Amino acid sequence: MQACRILVHTATSCLGSGRAAHLEALAARRSGLSANDWTATPLATAIGRVPGLEGAPLPADWARWDCRNNRLAWLGLRQDGLFDTLLELRTRLPAHRLGIAVGTSTASIAETERAYRELDADGGFPADLRRPEIHQPHSLAGFLQEASGWHGPCLTISTACSSGAKAWAAGARWLQQGLCDAVLVGGCDSLCGSTLHGFASLQLTSPQACRPFDAGRDGISIGEAAAFAILVRAGEDDPANAPHLAGYGESADAHHMSAPHPEGLGARMATLQALRRAGLAPTDIGYINLHGTASRLNDEVEAAMVTGLFPATTLASSTKGWTGHTLGAAGALEATISLLALEHGLLPGTLGCTQPDPACGPQLLLDNARHPVDAVLSNSFGFGGSNASLVFTRGIGHD
Amino acid sequence: MTEFAVAGIGLWTPGLPDWPAARAVLTGAAAWPEAAGGRPTPSLMPANERRRAPDSVLMALAVAEQACAAAGADPATVASVFASVFGDLAINDYMCATLRDDPAQMSPTKFHNSVHNAPSGYWSIATGAMAAATSLAAGRETFAAALHEAVVQLADSGEPVLLVAYDAIGCGPVGAIAGCRASFACALVLTPDTAGAQGSRLRAAAATTGAAGAVPDALAALAADNPIAAGAAPLLALLAGQATGAARLPLSPALDLVLDRLP
Repeated sequence: MQACRILVHTATSCLGSGRAAHLEALAARRSGLSANDWTATPLATAIGRVPGLEGAPLPADWARWDCRNNRLAWLGLRQDGLFDTLLELRTRLPAHRLGIAVGTSTASIAETERAYRELDADGGFPADLRRPEIHQPHSLAGFLQEASGWHGPCLTISTACSSGAKAWAAGARWLQQGLCDAVLVGGCDSLCGSTLHGFASLQLTSPQACRPFDAGRDGISIGEAAAFAILVRAGEDDPANAPHLAGYGESADAHHMSAPHPEGLGARMATLQALRRAGLAPTDIGYINLHGTASRLNDEVEAAMVTGLFPATTLASSTKGWTGHTLGAAGALEATISLLALEHGLLPGTLGCTQPDPACGPQLLLDNARHPVDAVLSNSFGFGGSNASLVFTRGIGHD
Repeated sequence: MTEFAVAGIGLWTPGLPDWPAARAVLTGAAAWPEAAGGRPTPSLMPANERRRAPDSVLMALAVAEQACAAAGADPATVASVFASVFGDLAINDYMCATLRDDPAQMSPTKFHNSVHNAPSGYWSIATGAMAAATSLAAGRETFAAALHEAVVQLADSGEPVLLVAYDAIGCGPVGAIAGCRASFACALVLTPDTAGAQGSRLRAAAATTGAAGAVPDALAALAADNPIAAGAAPLLALLAGQATGAARLPLSPALDLVLDRLP
């Protein structure tokens, strides 16, 4: 496919706000996970919480969009000059040529949950929460549309934990077909009772910080994040080393609502499709940011898929020991982590993993490595058997 | 700008179990049936699973199945775009009430059914479809955005795309806020506009905003109660008639998706 240039990308998570904070925490192997102090009802698990959102309401003009998820989105949007770039492009290009494709799994449902705890005397929502726009999944993209003035196509993709990656694919298609001149892609998901208690009901949350790919792993840690990028069509004048989205792959498992395909067939299809679109072979991939949630099944299946498909020279890791599983934002957050690997040659290891599962091959990186790479892959898989893979390259001279 | 054919249409709302019934109402050949009720019954799903399935899943699978059958398309091979403004408000109501009353009682099945892509996941499991499948929302513009996305994917791949859009009736306090007072689902199988393509031929293009398409009288009450019905109504009216013409669906503050019916 025609590659898309990444003008700017940024992430905000429990590791901090912006690329530098992420690079520093990754290099120092400093996890952002801590004991759950967020849920209204106690739950013994670790979470990746972004501090300070409670005291950071949206600007008054956008008060109707105010909620934890949009506060996190607004914090994330203002890092690394991304918001300034949005405004600058808005002055140079017609608003209808500027698209928004973002992913979220739960959007602002934490506010719907709060409304149920604070129902008024008539059993309805309390006055400050009678805002229909935040009690639906499009809350995120709706807010971003208003904040940016970008008035082209605007989508919220909600395919559970692949949402943030699939948003990149949707944005790339709009650019390729000439429907937009720039697209804001990414994802944002925030802590809520639905996912914390929901994953606990499936016995998928770990009581401690998650240990991806460890033989003794016992479940996921849930985190929150906002991560965004601005994509434009690749051009002749792009700097030689500029990062690009070179390929994407999407598939469905057709197997089970909450368990992966036992042979990882859907994940493999998404990976191979992304490589094919990028015009690359598995041997070209220097680093893979794995989905690696630390659930028993996901890691076993993903490890076998990587071992079977990639050479020993491809290094792979899960960074969820740092950030937790940020669900609908994971694909977007890990796109930025993958791009940091590409830009800085810092390949993060697998924090929390000391004794790898026997299914893991030589690709699994435990300790951090410093090693320049030209092409990286990021995997995201979700409930409903939804799979997405993204391939990023430095420059576009790979086909 | 993309030209394509609508090779099959599925539709379900209480009282109108399929597209032929809806078309008869839209063209004035039939009146709305007096008695309306019941749940959709997708044959892809065994009866015991149907009993447990959320309404959103039943509606989506029923109309997807109808559209594929009408198009003669093999569901296992077709990429899909699923779309809903709210996901499933009844599950949303259950989740929020359970979280308030006793989170430890949360049903794991209800939790995994609460993801917005649950109908898409059940569809791929029921049909064996492993092609790209997405699930999206775009507020009041959800139907237009989903049709736009399906047309984009068709243009990208040159292969058929299944579009499924639905919202089930709301309940509880969140249902009152959402204002979704009726259930409605529709599905379209879009195919490349090649020689011999079956169905209605359409041209889709995004254009800067103009006057939005009118909701036909026959669907006005339904459109007031269901945002997918409101979004789809101008296109359904165009597809129900024999004549050429255009439907204009708002896509964003600056864009409409304009659909011209070709001879």
